[in-house]
Amino acid sequence: MSVSKADVKKVARLARIAVDEANLEHLTGELNGIMGWIEQLNEVDIDGVEPMTSVVEAQLKMREDIVTDGHKADEILANAPKSDDGFFVVPKAVE
Amino acid sequence: MLTETRPSYRLTGSTGDWEVVMGLEVHAQIASKAKLFSGASTAYGAEPNSNVSLVDAAMPGMLPVINRACVEEAVRTGLGLKAKINLYSRFDRKNYFYPDLPQGYQISQFAHPIVGEGELLVDVEPAHGEPSYQFPVGIERLHLEQDAGKSIHDMSDDETYVDLNRSGVALMEIVSRPDIRSPLEAAAYVKKLRAILIALGSCDGDMEKGNLRADVNVSVCRPGAYEKFKATGDFSHLGTRCEIKNMNSFRFIQQAAEYEALRQIELLETGQQVDQETRLFDPNTGRTRTMRSKEDAHDYRYFPDPDLLPLRLDPDFVEKIRASLPELPDEKRIRYMHEYGLSAYDAGVLTADADRAAYFEEVARGRDTRLAVNWVNQELFGYLNKQSLEITDTPISAAALGGLIDLITDQTISGKIAKDVMLKMIDTGKSASDIVEAEGLKQVTDTGAIETLVNEIMAANPKQVAQVQAQKEAGHAKPKALGWFVGQVMKNSGGKANPQAVNEILKEKLDL
Repeated sequence: MSVSKADVKKVARLARIAVDEANLEHLTGELNGIMGWIEQLNEVDIDGVEPMTSVVEAQLKMREDIVTDGHKADEILANAPKSDDGFFVVPKAVE
Repeated sequence: MLTETRPSYRLTGSTGDWEVVMGLEVHAQIASKAKLFSGASTAYGAEPNSNVSLVDAAMPGMLPVINRACVEEAVRTGLGLKAKINLYSRFDRKNYFYPDLPQGYQISQFAHPIVGEGELLVDVEPAHGEPSYQFPVGIERLHLEQDAGKSIHDMSDDETYVDLNRSGVALMEIVSRPDIRSPLEAAAYVKKLRAILIALGSCDGDMEKGNLRADVNVSVCRPGAYEKFKATGDFSHLGTRCEIKNMNSFRFIQQAAEYEALRQIELLETGQQVDQETRLFDPNTGRTRTMRSKEDAHDYRYFPDPDLLPLRLDPDFVEKIRASLPELPDEKRIRYMHEYGLSAYDAGVLTADADRAAYFEEVARGRDTRLAVNWVNQELFGYLNKQSLEITDTPISAAALGGLIDLITDQTISGKIAKDVMLKMIDTGKSASDIVEAEGLKQVTDTGAIETLVNEIMAANPKQVAQVQAQKEAGHAKPKALGWFVGQVMKNSGGKANPQAVNEILKEKLDL
């Protein structure tokens, strides 16, 4: 599988990363390098092998249904470039 | 009346008949105290950004920890939908950018949902007195996911205000098979699903608050095409579908589906094509409009969330929940048939909606069942249907209607007068006894007063008295002319005389 310049453009747009035309060629090469590297992994026979989700045998930890957090709007908003009356304020985003 | 046949919904265009095929995705907020992956509260209507933890705001380094109660409710709901519970499920990241999604992805379950295939029996009550019917809808899956925050676009001309209180609240997305064949059936499906969720207690079903909302996928096809799809499973027999997002009322779901089907038919009949897209329903215009088109379609790039291990359930955990399942609407219906001796139809009408069932049980408690059913199903629901009101909008509380029924039971008023009293209760909001008292509608059971009336009428109508006697001598056990006397007495008493007492006194006086 190889990545085209159009693919790189699309991925960049989906990730909201601005990539100018001049950089596309270079990035396409880099991504193809990474893809090639991952493709090598496909050569390993993994028939009957469960996907490994953790290096240790562990169960998903669960929490009880108790309210233990919140009421820190000031902290939540502390890094916001703009806030008003307890809300985050961002440029108009109507879908 | 309940019928076995499911009517087919046909729309006639300029080039022939069309049918509709629909599948629904319902988002139901889990009735938990804390969020799916954080300890912040799910309480509605709090100050903006006050029910937000650093996890919900996606601060770097924060890790999600799943809420056990949310897992239990998803399993409970799966069992209520007679669905397969997957002992292994997993969380995936659904990636997209939007200001109310601080993580840049929603934690959802894509490849391995917690609940697999199930089935739900839908009860449909068409308007205009057509017979009710039931039909099954296949449930494809139910999965757990996070809700997003709330964007408010009308607080500023060029800015959007964001409140993250809802961010991270647990949702169950319940996906149906394309088994729904009319706009009315789509609304009925959501009604039944809501009744089940409320009975289970896994979601409060509050649609106004957005705690239950539906996305409706609509496509149209020619008669016969759907049957080919069912036989082969090949979607190419069906038309291109559009998804109408986020509707939070039964009426909107029905209206949006009706409009959307007609819109698609018009496109196809004028040589255009239906584009697969997401649309929004505008209740003010009754139309749907493009929300995002295909070119802009999201590419969610799902992948397993590395912050969360797979969710493995112990079979005992599932069995414990199964053992604690409450009575579900279909079981309630069967109980009503046995316990109250109701017909399948009456029981179905009452149990199709959790609010109706609760209302009926309150009215029926300690009262005559037959009267309770008649007054709830016939008189009250008849009124509500005529006014296009839901039971939750009822102008008469269950206690107030019970009070009216009590007046019939203790013979204070007749059933006929009670109907007028009910309308007056709706108009004035007063109790039945206040209205009966104020308007002097009390039934006359005083035999002396009735006797006086009977004597007057007999004295004024010797011809009719003679007629009764003649009929009696001719061997009629119930002389027809007696009915005439009953009518006269009732008329002269303004409908207030107790009919039973009138009958008895007349028989005595006329020597029958």
